[in-house]
Amino acid sequence: MSENTITFEIDGVEVQGAPGQTIMQAADAAGIYIPRLCAFEGLPPHGSCRICTVKVNGRFQSSCTQPVAEGIIVENDTEEILEFRRNLVDMLFVEGNHFCMFCEKSGNCELQALAYRLGITAPKYPFMFPANRTVDASHKDIFIDHNRCILCARCIRASRDLDGKNVFQFVGRGPEKHIAVNARARLVDTEVDVTDKAVEVCPVGAILRKHVGYAIPVGKRKYDHAPIGSDIEAQKH
Amino acid sequence: MSENFETAIRSMCEGVGNDKARMMDIVREVQETFGCVSDDAMDLIADQVRTPRVEVESVVTFYAFLSKKQNGTVVFRLCDDIIDRMFGFERLKHAITEELGIDIGETTADGRFSLETTPCIGMCDQAPALMINDEIFTEVSRDTLLDYVEQLKAGITPERLRRRLGDGNNSNPLVSAAVSNNIRTRGEVIFAPLECGRALKKALSMSPNEVIRDIKTARLRGRGGAGFPTGMKWDFTRAARGERKFVICNADEGEPGTFKDRVILTERPELLIEGMAIAGYAIGAQEGIIYLRGEYAYLRPFLEDMLQKARNTGMLGKAIFGKQGFDFDIRIQMGAGAYVCGEETALISSCEGLRGDPKNRPPFPAQKGYHGYPTSVNNVETFCCVARILDQGAGWFSQIGSKGSTGTKLLSISGDCRRPGVYEVPFGIKLCEVLEMAGGNGAVAVQIGGPSGQMVGPKDYNRTICYDDLATGGAMMVFGPNRNLLEVVHYFMEFFVEESCGYCTPCRVGNALLKDRLERIMEGKGEPADLDYLEDLGVTVKSTSRCGLGQTSPNPILSTLKNFRPLYEQLVHEDQPFQATFDIQKALGEAKSIAGRPSMHFAE
Repeated sequence: MSENTITFEIDGVEVQGAPGQTIMQAADAAGIYIPRLCAFEGLPPHGSCRICTVKVNGRFQSSCTQPVAEGIIVENDTEEILEFRRNLVDMLFVEGNHFCMFCEKSGNCELQALAYRLGITAPKYPFMFPANRTVDASHKDIFIDHNRCILCARCIRASRDLDGKNVFQFVGRGPEKHIAVNARARLVDTEVDVTDKAVEVCPVGAILRKHVGYAIPVGKRKYDHAPIGSDIEAQKH
Repeated sequence: MSENFETAIRSMCEGVGNDKARMMDIVREVQETFGCVSDDAMDLIADQVRTPRVEVESVVTFYAFLSKKQNGTVVFRLCDDIIDRMFGFERLKHAITEELGIDIGETTADGRFSLETTPCIGMCDQAPALMINDEIFTEVSRDTLLDYVEQLKAGITPERLRRRLGDGNNSNPLVSAAVSNNIRTRGEVIFAPLECGRALKKALSMSPNEVIRDIKTARLRGRGGAGFPTGMKWDFTRAARGERKFVICNADEGEPGTFKDRVILTERPELLIEGMAIAGYAIGAQEGIIYLRGEYAYLRPFLEDMLQKARNTGMLGKAIFGKQGFDFDIRIQMGAGAYVCGEETALISSCEGLRGDPKNRPPFPAQKGYHGYPTSVNNVETFCCVARILDQGAGWFSQIGSKGSTGTKLLSISGDCRRPGVYEVPFGIKLCEVLEMAGGNGAVAVQIGGPSGQMVGPKDYNRTICYDDLATGGAMMVFGPNRNLLEVVHYFMEFFVEESCGYCTPCRVGNALLKDRLERIMEGKGEPADLDYLEDLGVTVKSTSRCGLGQTSPNPILSTLKNFRPLYEQLVHEDQPFQATFDIQKALGEAKSIAGRPSMHFAE
């Protein structure tokens, strides 16, 4: 074992990490799944959805931003934290207008898959039914449906860091906060392209490609058979 | 778009070297000059400072004092906090909406007047208050307000409105504000007489590490509320590697009910500047920033003048007091109406010309702060304590107050008390003694530390003000027997919903859900299970939020559920009839109008 190895514990299991790694990265490598929505491999962590919250030495931290440290005790799969995660997923559902049964992303949607994994059948919070969410279908190949946006900033980061374009950014504050495009109003007036990573990384049905909806039949969609996180858990040696 | 407009915008950008990191200064100037930051203006700024347009929009839409929409030449901002609501906010609102013929959020047809409300402007001790452009007016009666409107209509500018100037430096021509200091008790640390420069000279005769050692020996803790040991923060910042280092003064006093920094900035700016220079010397910084909340813009010319005077006397600038190798200067960064910017990493974002979103930690500002350089952010009062510690000695300071909380604390006391104002008291004082001093006997509740703090009742009046018991950044709102405490709690939740930056899920969504459920209870439609709902949701928001705002925003509800539970219990009932969570007729409205007929299934 190299001297640069950091040893710590997740739910009583000894895990090895490297300096500079986050708790989430080390957990992934060890085959321990920590649920997440805004985190995405290859993008800098954002720390906004808070679903990856874990307890580190008794303090709550987002595991996508918290670095590993020697000897830390991390709680991940505990009833206290699972309850927080269910509450956070519930919040994201009631905050927007999500209509899984008609959504092109159904079966491939990370929000939906996470709700299933956490055992949520219906949100416990009342729906907010926001009326200020719009749809931008101005672009010939891509559309944005703000009703389904969960403000994870994956598109912002991917456009900036992977596509080198800065097509997306947040505007507004608090309940008014939403994704805007780098133009006065419409997506078609930006540099966005259907092959952009920013279009691909959306975890929900907020940024979608046109012409390809429902192409994958029920039964063959990403989360039809194995719950979200199974790929990470399959890494377990 | 006129050529003049374009030239003006471009020259405003050039004024800050086309530096996009100075975006706050650019958009503030555009707003001030043109009454908005329009789409055209955003395009030009983006082009001139070479940043994506949406980045400019992102900043403009974040701050309450900036707008895409055209404002009137004169903007009235009525201070809408709970204390102002108790002392006549509604009366003023009614008078001015009637007089101008517009509602809150609107502008008169002639484009002269806009009407807005804004949370606490730091004048709770002299409520009701309002801003007219950058000018502050306090203890405003209906008649005075109407008189102001009349003068303004006659063409008098807000700066020239007839007013009675306040005491002390409020009457200084550079301030000329109708604001009173209301200093009620003067302690030994902040308000004692002062010999300017002596503390800094003493610091310069020591090594930086010795200065930090003194601050540690004095056991000074941050005065903003969190109470982090100042010496330790400086140690980290000093030890961190960086080509440049920064000292930032957090003068974004936004916690409703707090106004003590306003009084320090008015009466003790020399002490603050000296404390910042000492901090610069101790951590090895050459540059300091005072982040001044937009509401205190009226103090800016005065503070700029004080900085200039400090430069003239050698307290700022190159080779300070002849000490070769120690250069330090301070600039003022204006905020623009965002409570969250009082959170130190959000404040740094704002200084960098960004939205006031907090940053992920680690890294902490001491390691990577302003533009990635090691930065120490401290409260106004903390810097003043620093200067006094250097002047009078760490031993002297640590004798004042209690063991874990040394020195004095400035309290901002407002509400149902006979003597609202600023009190400098030693830590360890009992709450009941403070209430006695302020004439708040008979209080049924006291909000300690502002909305993010806690509400306590008479059974806690024997507790002490200190970091280990009733910790506070200084706000103390007193509520008498005739106040509806749940209305207070509701106001606080409205405030947090409004002021959440919206970055993280629990704070953005959870606070709105908390407020909604509280409303249901207040309407008499709640069930006992709703109290568990509030607690469960409150704990989720507190535990999972990303920054101090969300980690404290459920406190009004959680602390009143704990200390004033009967208020809730008397409103909730078992066996509530079926309650619709939404109005089906309203929801169907648009569909019905498209179809041109009423719903077949959901008849009215």
